[in-house]
Amino acid sequence: MIVANRKTLEEILAMLKPYKKVLLLGCNECVTVCATGGEREVGVLASELRLSRAKEGQEIEIKEQTLERQCDHEYIDQVRPFVGDYEVILSMACGAGIQYVGEKYRTKPVLPAVNTTFLGVTLEQGVWSERCQGCGTCILDQTGGICPIARCAKSLLNGPCGGSSNGKCEVDKDLDCAWQLIVDRLKELGQLDRYEEIIPVKDWTTSRDGGPRRRIREDLKL
Amino acid sequence: MRLNYPTNVKIVKVPCTGRVDVLLILKAFESGVDGVYLAGCLEGECHFLRGNLRAKKRVQYVKTLLDEVGLGSGRVEMYNMSSAQGQRFAEVAREMTEKIRSLGPSPVKKQGVRSKVIG
Repeated sequence: MIVANRKTLEEILAMLKPYKKVLLLGCNECVTVCATGGEREVGVLASELRLSRAKEGQEIEIKEQTLERQCDHEYIDQVRPFVGDYEVILSMACGAGIQYVGEKYRTKPVLPAVNTTFLGVTLEQGVWSERCQGCGTCILDQTGGICPIARCAKSLLNGPCGGSSNGKCEVDKDLDCAWQLIVDRLKELGQLDRYEEIIPVKDWTTSRDGGPRRRIREDLKL
Repeated sequence: MRLNYPTNVKIVKVPCTGRVDVLLILKAFESGVDGVYLAGCLEGECHFLRGNLRAKKRVQYVKTLLDEVGLGSGRVEMYNMSSAQGQRFAEVAREMTEKIRSLGPSPVKKQGVRSKVIG
């Protein structure tokens, strides 16, 4: 899932300063699962905003709406009947959703209420961890199913480096060394010989270095 | 026991403090109350095992939200007492009322509601 963190109330209030009528949009997908921008978080943020404005004796009208997704236009269209009643849209979706809402309602400013951070997993309730960087060329088959791009602080393709100590990374003593994890996993799989293979220089054109990416399935197009 | 406690404390009954959501507490503040406290069962004695422990965490979270909003974290508290501790209930009601009185009225106050108990 895409994991995001909510911006501080101070930042959000600063963005909303000129506005009195706000459409607050949550998203029912990733940001709901990582407890950042789902229906509940929309309710909490709306309440915080109302309390803050009331405290300052200022007015604010907030319409709370949580869409199934903000990355598909058919869901974004659901707010079309009333989007005109509001001065601004405050979105709690990931960066993709925020931008797509803006593309659909070009005359409305769309503001981000969250910082989108990473593609990750739920380690336990309330704890999320990065697993993938979306580099476009997956090498998990060679690295025991553990990604050195996303999980090694240096994204080393042939590790570990000298900063690995007792299985931890020098960047943070609580951070596992990805290459230690890879070696351990390869051992468990009985594939330690794969560790001997040198992984060549990566072609980063499939990642962000090739510019914004796009995927087309001709057979699915209408 | 015929114990007295401040008349400005308004009781909202819930089946367990585990039922008390963050939003419920925030709505209370939006309606203009000066403070909220949860009166949960003693820790380790929750009929639903972890309800009061969940409530405790939520209260901690609401404290951070109230600080962010500028109302101050002291306006919400969690207390634990058994249903047999009427004396303690009255004592907590007085304690919380005094605490909130010292903090003054809520800056978002709208109506005459003074304070609210959930639990």
